[in-house]
Amino acid sequence: MFTPTEEQQMLIDMMGKFAEKEIAPNILQWEEEGKFARHIFDKLGELGFCGMTITEEYGGGGLGYMTYAMVLEEGAIKTGGGLGFLPLHLAAATPIEAFGTKEQKEKYLTKMTAGKALGAFALTEPNAGSDAAAIMTSAVLRGDRYVLNGAKSFITNAGEAELYLVMAKTDKDKGANGISSFIVEKDAPGFIVGQKEKKMGLNYISTRGLTFEECEVPLANRVGEENKGFLSAMYALDGSRIGVAASATGISQAALNAAVSYAKQRYAFGQPIANFQIIQFMLADMETETVASRMLAYRAASMKDEGKKIAAAAAMAKRYATDTAMRVTTNAVQILGGYGYMKEYTVERYMREAKLLQIVEGTSQIQGLVVARELLK
Amino acid sequence: MNIIVCLKQVPDTESQIKIGSDKKSIVTDDIKWVMNPYDEFGVEEALRMKEKFGGTVTVVGVGPKRVTETIRTALAMGADKGVLVNDDALNGSDSIAIAKALAAAIRPLEYDVIFTGQRGVDDDMGVVGAALAEFLGIPQLSLIIKIEVAEDGKSVKATRPVEGQALIIEAPLPVLITAQKGLNEPRYASLPGIMKAKKKPLEEKTLADLGLNAGEFGSAARKVKVLEITPPPERGGGKIVTGETPQEKAAELAKLLHEEAKVI
Repeated sequence: MFTPTEEQQMLIDMMGKFAEKEIAPNILQWEEEGKFARHIFDKLGELGFCGMTITEEYGGGGLGYMTYAMVLEEGAIKTGGGLGFLPLHLAAATPIEAFGTKEQKEKYLTKMTAGKALGAFALTEPNAGSDAAAIMTSAVLRGDRYVLNGAKSFITNAGEAELYLVMAKTDKDKGANGISSFIVEKDAPGFIVGQKEKKMGLNYISTRGLTFEECEVPLANRVGEENKGFLSAMYALDGSRIGVAASATGISQAALNAAVSYAKQRYAFGQPIANFQIIQFMLADMETETVASRMLAYRAASMKDEGKKIAAAAAMAKRYATDTAMRVTTNAVQILGGYGYMKEYTVERYMREAKLLQIVEGTSQIQGLVVARELLK
Repeated sequence: MNIIVCLKQVPDTESQIKIGSDKKSIVTDDIKWVMNPYDEFGVEEALRMKEKFGGTVTVVGVGPKRVTETIRTALAMGADKGVLVNDDALNGSDSIAIAKALAAAIRPLEYDVIFTGQRGVDDDMGVVGAALAEFLGIPQLSLIIKIEVAEDGKSVKATRPVEGQALIIEAPLPVLITAQKGLNEPRYASLPGIMKAKKKPLEEKTLADLGLNAGEFGSAARKVKVLEITPPPERGGGKIVTGETPQEKAAELAKLLHEEAKVI
């Protein structure tokens, strides 16, 4: 089931090779230095991977979400969170493709697909995360420009990105139906990037807050209709949840691979620990849940490619795959014991990275809510 | 400038190699197949030459249907067309027979430069390049890490590393060059390259198509026969040198190196 086509296999192999050679050997050092490897984004841009799911008309790869999921999963198998900047870059690009004007696509989208401009998706605020409709950043139209005021927090790629897709209230009395989205360039007047956050993991990806102080954005940079920005945010998140589910599946697979090879080599009481049934059952559960994650991620992806509504499918895939990644990586650390806790053995990094995936792009709890809402409507 | 690159599909060096029950072959069931890394240097160099001088890059492979994957990889990197010589009678052929099949496939093509890897990383024979040059009656420059094409486009100057020195050799075109590690850093196939690869021409030919006699190929026709494949010997345990002081340990180590290992 879901056997890759010849082309999909070539894309998977290419990403696997790239990730293994260019990212994996350096990632621990980048993490320790808190360094974002911009050259990796640049290189992936040259190779046509920065706009994988965007139409070829604007320089994208024109790939379906199924292929996208397979490629991201392979990247995660080889590097854990090493490609973590990419789904968020695409989350900023996708609404521009879907709802933007021709001018916006020509001016911004083509740069994003070519890897000439890194994107960031700015929705979360200090007091509004899961409850996205409660955002406070405001945008007021004055003549031919909007003036933005407010703050965003935990924005992936912030500080490194050239383009920010920012959600702000254009009608503060209206909740979700009062939100619009805007393309903000990094040097827009009144746009301030905050300090780099120190995180539990993924320190090779920049996370910062943003502040808007009378920040001026041209009217032409509003993406989609006024007060319809929530729609574009949710649209981006559906696709991006598939990406997170696929990445989580890859992290589970990577941790499982490490646990299996360790269990076969590590001797205790005169035999490999893989001979012990308690280890076998742990591995069997890890494998089963990893495969189930993959199936849910691929299911959501193929439904998206078929043009079906995927809110629930993407939500359950994201929730199951990331919760699984947390369990599988935790158990991988357990199986590797003391070695598992050491940075040299990588599984501890996977464990720290899995935790983030349960939180970003809608927490596991919010995903549960989305699934239940569909079920009970 | 028209360039031909010969490709061999080999097991990924990370594959776990298991010896078959006949002790003369390996179990191929779970093997991941990849392009021979030395051939990849050839593909990259051919693409660079094409970028500089124009022309076409044709990749030629010999082997079963799965070799098309390797040919497609080269097409995705930027080669223009592919030829696969696929015939059941080829199974079990030795290097000379493979070179003969390659020569027959290449002869009708136009070429200025032919690349092969300096050797395949599977059986490490290193014969095909030389044999192919011989069959085609052209000069061969082996183990090359640098190539310069003369301004008039009629000859090449190539560098071969020799014991820490560099030997610079020259040959008129057409020429066969075997690629050595260090020649270049092969590119990754780009996403558009991969999507275009399927639309590029890939011809498949049998021995009969090439006017070859099937009896000269396969296991029975081997000039070099594999008698047995054995795994490398298992590594023996290490020895910990004991002693109270560094001086004692050094003395003990020297004694062991002299009397047991017999290296000093």
